[in-house]
Amino acid sequence: MAKHWWKALAILLLLYVIIAGFTINIPIIGTNGQSSRGLFFHVPMWISMYTMFTISLVYSLLFLNKYDLKKDIVASSAAGVGAFFGILGFATGTLWATYTWGGTLTDDPKQMCTAIAILIYLAYLVLRMSIQDMDKRARISAVFNIFAYALLIPLTYIIPRMVDSLHPGSATTPGFASKDTDGTMKMVLYPAFIGWTLLGVWIFTLVVRYKKLQLKKLF
Amino acid sequence: MRKKSTIHQVITLVKKDLTLELRQQYAFYGVLLYIVSTVFVINLMLGKPDDKLWNALFWVIQLFVAVNAVAKSFMQESKGRLLYFYSLVHPRVFIMAKLIYNIILMILMSLIAMICSIAFLGNPIANMGYFIGMVLMGGVSLSLLFTMLAAIAAQANHNAALMAVMGFPLILPILMLLANISVSAFLTVYQPGLPKMFFLLGGMDILVIALTLILFPFLWKD
Repeated sequence: MAKHWWKALAILLLLYVIIAGFTINIPIIGTNGQSSRGLFFHVPMWISMYTMFTISLVYSLLFLNKYDLKKDIVASSAAGVGAFFGILGFATGTLWATYTWGGTLTDDPKQMCTAIAILIYLAYLVLRMSIQDMDKRARISAVFNIFAYALLIPLTYIIPRMVDSLHPGSATTPGFASKDTDGTMKMVLYPAFIGWTLLGVWIFTLVVRYKKLQLKKLF
Repeated sequence: MRKKSTIHQVITLVKKDLTLELRQQYAFYGVLLYIVSTVFVINLMLGKPDDKLWNALFWVIQLFVAVNAVAKSFMQESKGRLLYFYSLVHPRVFIMAKLIYNIILMILMSLIAMICSIAFLGNPIANMGYFIGMVLMGGVSLSLLFTMLAAIAAQANHNAALMAVMGFPLILPILMLLANISVSAFLTVYQPGLPKMFFLLGGMDILVIALTLILFPFLWKD
């Protein structure tokens, strides 16, 4: 039981986030109205995605160090789960954009850049499928993974900050933090970060276990 | 002494690639025909496009030229020959030679693509020197990134479609930066953050070179 306390924590936090996220009084910010509640489900997805991609990067580096196939399984599972959370983050973002920006797919740089970032990781998964030899697949995809992560940072962190965006928190559009004077949004947002990330880690451990069993069957 | 021999090896490998190219002339004329026919098709369909469209089309042409030109540089190496090189030189030397060769090839191709575009699609460029500089910088950036991707694709059974799948999302930020920076060549507009974009582009190039040199030896351990 001692090992599983964080799973219980994840469930409790997510229950709190879902119930509180839809019921508490939030400050009305600009034209966002009640749609700001999307924050509790949108931003944590990115945190979770970056956590997964970072885990994937670390295990790819470890793989290239020792050539242990188990590390490759971990890296690929993390990338898959990360891409899944990326798609969820993109979906929640576009849902919000439909009602506040007046278009599901706008030419907003942040939206475009995240779409590209997800495409990069989908390319990683396609690359894995295209190589049959297991050792070769592990080695090549590890190299691509490191390469992709290094280019992901300028893509999603630097370029969107340089250009003007409709997205809250960019150059001309104020973020939510300054308007949230009572701190009610933060009270839900921070637990949401932890909760969704823990959920991501949970899914990821399950995928790793499943893939390891698959590999065991093979030998 | 060691350092000197490394540089010497790189120069020899680049020379070998260039001589091969000069003798066969297959890649060069292949890509040349590719550029001319692409630009001609655009000319037939659009006539003379306006500034913004011209810029966008030019960089798309550049992208496809880069994919074709750089992919060929790895495809022409047979498996036996790669093994031979592996026994001769350090993989880092090999990839450095490939990087330099691809840069030379892409600079040439970029200039040809620019001349073809001006000839067929009209010349909306106001600031010629700036644009030529941009084209050269773009050619270098594209060739650097695609060299590494071609190396990865070459390991994955020379799969050209794979290179497009991997390459396009990765090249997009660089391509967007290039297209944004080169807007200034068409009309004198004030672009805030222009030096920053140059800085970022240069930074990304250095990042790509560093990653390629670090990661390529791992790709070669067959």
